Amino acid sequence: MNIADLIGHTPLVSLEPLAAPKGARVFAKAEFLNPSGSVKDRAAKAMIQAGLDLGLYGPDKILIDATSGNTGVAYAMIGAALGRQVTLYMPGNANFERKALIKAYGAKIVDTDPLEGSDGAYTAVKNESEKNPEKYFFPNQYNNPANPLAHYKTTGPEIWEQTEGKITHFINSLGTSGTFVGTARFLKEKNLSVKTYIVQPDSPFHGIEGTKHMASTIKPDIYDLTLVDGEEKVSTNEAIAVAKRLAREVGLLVGVSSGANVAAALRLAKSLDPAATVVTILGDTGARYLSEGIWGDSPES
Amino acid sequence: MSVNLLIPTALRGFTNGQSQLELTGATVKELLSDLAQKHPDIAPHLFDETGAVRSFVNIFVESKNIKNLNGLDTSVNPGQTVTLVPSIAGGRS
Repeated sequence: MNIADLIGHTPLVSLEPLAAPKGARVFAKAEFLNPSGSVKDRAAKAMIQAGLDLGLYGPDKILIDATSGNTGVAYAMIGAALGRQVTLYMPGNANFERKALIKAYGAKIVDTDPLEGSDGAYTAVKNESEKNPEKYFFPNQYNNPANPLAHYKTTGPEIWEQTEGKITHFINSLGTSGTFVGTARFLKEKNLSVKTYIVQPDSPFHGIEGTKHMASTIKPDIYDLTLVDGEEKVSTNEAIAVAKRLAREVGLLVGVSSGANVAAALRLAKSLDPAATVVTILGDTGARYLSEGIWGDSPES
Repeated sequence: MSVNLLIPTALRGFTNGQSQLELTGATVKELLSDLAQKHPDIAPHLFDETGAVRSFVNIFVESKNIKNLNGLDTSVNPGQTVTLVPSIAGGRS
């Protein structure tokens, strides 16, 4: 047994304590319980496995990719288990815990311009990989079909089984878009009437870590707009407020993007019939945000 | 001589694509007022309803975060560089 064998099969938790009394039922997939602490374990494992199967990830190659953190932590964990070198390109303003975790697993970090965000990290790693292709395995999480396929093969089927086929709405924020695309594609294949919604930050300049404001950033190749039935906009303040409620009222210590997802899911559920079943994703653990002080020093903050 | 404000890519849609702006002001607050006056559409992305700077916006004077200086009252001198950076690294912001 390897640590990567523990990825997936996460529980589906009820958010009933937070849901409106007359709205739909709301559930969240506890992806923060994956071994590296985020949903990104699934895509990282699948992309690494595909690289090994296709002979792209030879034993002497260094894995490189761009990340705002969670995929990097996942690559670093799996790379350590495989005994491989991992180097990650991250914007200089990526948060302390992510960088510390990546280093703890023995991976290296290349800082890129904080003003350029994730697009800057992506451009830098792409250039380095093109300069020395023989040296690197570049999974390219934004454009690798194995990323959404991981969710098509695992996250989607798990949600289908855990709701006994009763899911009517799936809603999730977008980073690479892999989780949304793969899960939505599977669910719609099982039942064409399942509606799939995206969550978007209300501004291109926001504080919802790991989420992409699609209108102002490089569109990932794996993104599939035809799967989008609707969109909910969430502000950074609302995402943080809901992340706090999840910790204090439900005992779920999750990150800001989970707060955004749940805020959007609760709003959607309120507008739906009680017979509907809404599912969203708790993408990463809140322990990853302690240095940012978002939970404050007192229960009032 | 004016102060140089560096604009992150996420906000360049509100500055006609410009990555840096020459602005005037003796403090960070005055500098941001000048920014909001010249590019009014940027204001709601930086300030909340009460006019306070949004919690995830970090402002650096040269290499120092104003949170560790005098906040918005931190003085700026002509020729200095001020940078706006989100406290997070997701998406492009």
